[in-house]
Amino acid sequence: MLSLQTQLFEEKDVIFGPIDYETHPAVESKWTHDAEFMRLMEIKPIRPLSVEMVKKSYESIEKEMDEDKNLYYFAIHARQNNQFIGKAMIEWIDWAHGNGFLRLGIGEAEHRRKGYGSQALKMLLRFAFNELNLYRVTAVVPAYNEGAMKLFQKFGFIEEVRRRKAICRDNEFWDLVSFGLLNAEWREQVSGQE
Amino acid sequence: MKDIYRGSLVRLAVESPETMAKTYIKWDRDTEFHRLADSAPPQLWSEKKLKDFVEKGQEKQGERNFRFSIRTLADDKLIGSTGLWLLRETQGDAWLGIFLGEREYWGKGYGTDAMRLIVGYGFGELNLRRITLGLHAYNERALKSYQKVGFQLEGRARGEGMRDGVRYDGLYMGILREEWLKLNK
Repeated sequence: MLSLQTQLFEEKDVIFGPIDYETHPAVESKWTHDAEFMRLMEIKPIRPLSVEMVKKSYESIEKEMDEDKNLYYFAIHARQNNQFIGKAMIEWIDWAHGNGFLRLGIGEAEHRRKGYGSQALKMLLRFAFNELNLYRVTAVVPAYNEGAMKLFQKFGFIEEVRRRKAICRDNEFWDLVSFGLLNAEWREQVSGQE
Repeated sequence: MKDIYRGSLVRLAVESPETMAKTYIKWDRDTEFHRLADSAPPQLWSEKKLKDFVEKGQEKQGERNFRFSIRTLADDKLIGSTGLWLLRETQGDAWLGIFLGEREYWGKGYGTDAMRLIVGYGFGELNLRRITLGLHAYNERALKSYQKVGFQLEGRARGEGMRDGVRYDGLYMGILREEWLKLNK
């Protein structure tokens, strides 16, 4: 059913916002100095980023959104005080086949484990399936990121691909796990909740 | 040391951008070929655009991508292409791509022979830890070939693509260095 009154960028405790070149780069630069967080977010080698480097990365994100049109990026803010606490995106969208990849993280340590990631994922899925009309979404998670594995399972994602020993960190080998959720599966869940 | 570019039916080589562009344009008119090899909708590129694309790829050759043409040993005919793309430089994992554009060479062991060469190059020369590839579930000939070489099915992305109104799965396979070494002692 069409429900135009639903605010797609608002949930109970968090909201989505655009990139803010004034305030976000300094905050995100701080997150990139948190090695534990970065190793949960990234499978490529991590390194701390300066404020300038983060600004540059925002420019390339906006360029990709404009020119390639296969990326939707959202800044996650706490509703209460509008603090910038994380980021969420749908990337590598393949329009011909209706696929997209999801990525999200709460960078502010004191805002983790409060269900904010869950609310951001709820918005991301609603956007992917109700607005972009994707057929399916994928999330790729290194097996050591148990929090993310649990989050995607909670939302009904099915483990589809397990790339054996694809990631080596601290001389330990980890599988790279892909989770998939179909539009039809999500729709069934959501209709059950209403 | 053995010649790692030479198999029993084919050899790995490189082409001038002109030769590759001319030949590939002919292959890519065959939409069955394109739909077996690629998930992107076929586009009919101009010879110039394709030549520039090959040229650019060759300039970057050896950074992250290692690309070869496939030629038959019997009559030195250009029949396809294969390559490895490092997924994450520090992880020793590469994506493998391969296609045979010449239809009369399908299903006769030429692709499998080229697979053994490119996988051998990945482990023997690039010192990879593992190699990854993907295919459409309807490409049964490719699946059999990859299994023959030693790739294991690592999963299936449900309904990843749609063609002719039919949803199909994406299959993902991998082979670990230790598995390859054991098979090729």
